[in-house]
Amino acid sequence: MLLAISVVASVVGIIFMLALDWFPEQGSSIAAPIDTFWDVLVVVSVPIFVAVTAMMLFSIWRWRQRPGEEDLDGPPIHGSTKLEVIWTIVPTVIIAALTTYAAILLVDIQSAPAKGTRVVNVNGVQFAWDFETKTAAGPVKSAKLYLPINEPVKFNVRSADVIHDFWVPAFRLKVDAVPGITTTYNLTPTKLGTFEVVCAELCGLGHAYMRQTVTVLTAERYATVMAGLAKQAGAPAPAAGASTDAVGKQMFVAGNPATGATACGACHTMKAAGTTATTGPNLDEILQADDAAGIMEMIVNPNKEIVAGYSKGIMPANYATTMTKPQLDALVKYIDQSVHGEG
Amino acid sequence: MAAKIRQPGWYRALAFSILGVLVCLALSTGLRAAFAVEPVYDSTSVLQISLLMVPLFFLGGIGCFDYWLRWASGRTVVDDHADHGAKSWRDYFKVNTDHKVIGIQYICVSFVFMFIGGLMAMLVRAELAAPGRQFVDPNTFNGIFSIHATLLIFLFVIPIFAGIANYVLPLMIGAPDMAFPRLNALSFWMLPVAGVMMLLSFLAPGGSFAAGWTAYAPLSVDAPIGQAFFTIAVQFAGASSIATALNFLVTIITMRAPGMTFFRMPLLVWANFSTSLLVVIATPFIAASQFMVILDRALGFNFFNPANGGDVLMYQHVFWFYSHPAVYIMMLPGFGIISEVLATRARKPIFGYRMMAFSLLAIVLLGFTVWAHHMFVSGMSDWIRIPMMITTAIIAIPTGIKIFSWVATLWRGVLKMDTPMLWAVGFIAMFTLGGISGVMLAMVPLDIHVSDTYFIVAHIHYVLFGGSLFTIFAGIYFWFPKMTGRMFNERLGKIHFWLTFIFFNVTFAPMHLIGVQGMPRRVSDYAEQFATWNMIISIASFVVGLSSLIFLYNMIVSWRTGPEAGPNPWNSLTIEWQVSSPPPIFNFDAIPSVVGGPYEYGVPGAVHAVFADSKPEPVAVGASEAD
Repeated sequence: MLLAISVVASVVGIIFMLALDWFPEQGSSIAAPIDTFWDVLVVVSVPIFVAVTAMMLFSIWRWRQRPGEEDLDGPPIHGSTKLEVIWTIVPTVIIAALTTYAAILLVDIQSAPAKGTRVVNVNGVQFAWDFETKTAAGPVKSAKLYLPINEPVKFNVRSADVIHDFWVPAFRLKVDAVPGITTTYNLTPTKLGTFEVVCAELCGLGHAYMRQTVTVLTAERYATVMAGLAKQAGAPAPAAGASTDAVGKQMFVAGNPATGATACGACHTMKAAGTTATTGPNLDEILQADDAAGIMEMIVNPNKEIVAGYSKGIMPANYATTMTKPQLDALVKYIDQSVHGEG
Repeated sequence: MAAKIRQPGWYRALAFSILGVLVCLALSTGLRAAFAVEPVYDSTSVLQISLLMVPLFFLGGIGCFDYWLRWASGRTVVDDHADHGAKSWRDYFKVNTDHKVIGIQYICVSFVFMFIGGLMAMLVRAELAAPGRQFVDPNTFNGIFSIHATLLIFLFVIPIFAGIANYVLPLMIGAPDMAFPRLNALSFWMLPVAGVMMLLSFLAPGGSFAAGWTAYAPLSVDAPIGQAFFTIAVQFAGASSIATALNFLVTIITMRAPGMTFFRMPLLVWANFSTSLLVVIATPFIAASQFMVILDRALGFNFFNPANGGDVLMYQHVFWFYSHPAVYIMMLPGFGIISEVLATRARKPIFGYRMMAFSLLAIVLLGFTVWAHHMFVSGMSDWIRIPMMITTAIIAIPTGIKIFSWVATLWRGVLKMDTPMLWAVGFIAMFTLGGISGVMLAMVPLDIHVSDTYFIVAHIHYVLFGGSLFTIFAGIYFWFPKMTGRMFNERLGKIHFWLTFIFFNVTFAPMHLIGVQGMPRRVSDYAEQFATWNMIISIASFVVGLSSLIFLYNMIVSWRTGPEAGPNPWNSLTIEWQVSSPPPIFNFDAIPSVVGGPYEYGVPGAVHAVFADSKPEPVAVGASEAD
């Protein structure tokens, strides 16, 4: 009976576990085999857990102390060589099978990329990614990652400051960005759409906000977008619209989520914006003697000068890439007016 | 007053600490002036030196070194056992050499840090109850979860096992005390020093340390001065660990009662023997990793600065060479506790005693061969991954032997399902789950996806909370009558178990799911899609937190007014239960002789040990397998 209950419970457990929607969508060539591997692990694991708990629950139900048995002892069974051999060998076989499967799968997913594979340089800085795609016309930089569907791509991942981790959950891809070395990964995107890029290694204050996106496009659309990005890099900034003040304030309190630019107000106090954070210095106090040019310098080059009592490397040094020139200008104008009481 | 300052104790400790700060101030400004460094007074420099030196002044003031210094200076040393044993509650706040006093000091201090660390967990969950920012800024959030993990690992799980073993182990092997009682006292007093230092980091300019308990370089090298509190506090906690482990090893090897062969030792003794081997071999590595960080920070050594030839990955290798074995340091003593509780409450010998002992040693050995499985996505050489996967998976075999043997111990016993037993059985189920997710994590292709996600958070809480903490509760309830002479409230104990057990699972089981779905760990904010589960997890975690208050109430009230427990309320065979509760000041009025195995339940007339003055002729029964 115990066996029957265990089998039924295992089947129910396996069905329940497989029915759960575990993984994010499958966006790359390596996603499906990894998800299948998970299913195999579940099918092997559930019966082991069920066997252990079923034996325990059965023992408790069958042999728990009844009234009058207070002074009774169990039979002095010291062991059984046969059983001990069985429960050493069976797990050994399971482990051997699973590690073999995993090793074969690993070799598959980390196979070397073919010659001529598209290369994307992924650079992590506190707290944003920037991407540099090598094209025939030269490298194209962007704060959003664009990839063509069904074409293999190799990522060269680097970090400029501390360790980050480049993770696209939909791709099942993850590798640390380590200062001083280049780590690599290659795969083929297989699904159109926009997916999250997440930093998975604690990298400091803005770690939680180091989230960007990757967009997988058809080959034609990809070509258009890349051409547009290449042109934009050289073109002069478009004139700022009438709503400069609104843009500046928005940049200050909300940042630029599209590119991962952290909001100034998340760390700094500034009365006019109503922010009260104390991670960074109070802007009302420290910017009194600075003009617009000085403020701009502090935003794009925050490690040059550090207010006493604060540390280098905490404020993101990527605003020059995560905000457009008009956005930065609007932001500087807004801060300048706010701290000098003209706004 | 002057007399009080001359005597070892808190007044002198305070005076010495102030003196220590002044010495550090003089040292820093003196050296800076001598080498013409501007400015001469630098608060960071003074603070850094103080963190290293003031604890030593404090330990001197409280009286940890008095005996040794007097002996070393050639003065007469009279040991009248004046600082041995507690006559009033005040003695628990002084340097004491009695292993029973030190054991209780360890346990109480560890629980204080458990409540503080648990409170941090509540704060983390409150912030994570909903996406976006609730009430702490990201820096504070990073600090809270860093201190949560650091306190619970270095100031709770590791030391409380040392505390329980400190109390129980000498009694179990029939020894009058530990081998080095004064070293034992020093080991204990380094702990509160480390814990207080970690908490003080909240007051440091720039906030507390916030690089996680793993403190990866270069993040920890660039961080504000709060990080130094971690780096240096870990040195004191580590030194305490190493000293205690040496003490246990020498005690177990040299101080067993006549007849106590290795294979007649209770499994708790085996477990602490194995753990101590791990500690003395592995702990120096974390000390090294943190020394390298402090040298980088304070003196610009560039160990981890790639621009000057440093190597970022080296930190992780050295760190995990300790911190993976540390996982077993936090688990093996719990294995020992479970074996004691199960055999006694199931009224049966432990199934496969020898394999239980050998599997502990196998885990010790294998534990040193798996560290890089924490680094599958770190960028280290690819080839290391497959061997590390295989060794990691192999650890499931000795661990499986232990789980199956425990279950077989229950089979056909007379199971007394009281509070210690509930925790033990709950532990086996939860630890099996944690072990299974551990094997899954060993599998590199899956680990690449779930590394650094909430799946990891779920796994480590299943092994450290459902694993270690459950064994700690089992052990505390089990030996509470021995330590206090009183019985706890059984009803409250059961309520504590069921509330914790149910809401522990509601808290941590969903984390597997959101982890695989893509929620990274150590974030103060997360994508909208995880909002529902996070709310459920937060609410459940608050119930877990509240349930610990039942435990606290039960312990305090039962200690004061619980019914007398008598020497052997569990009708156990091991030696600690054959003396009064609490035991006499030097443990035994007569030296016990061990005549058989520790778990001969069900063998008519079997005894484990006899005392020289005991009347009935003992029936000597070997641990059949064991002799």
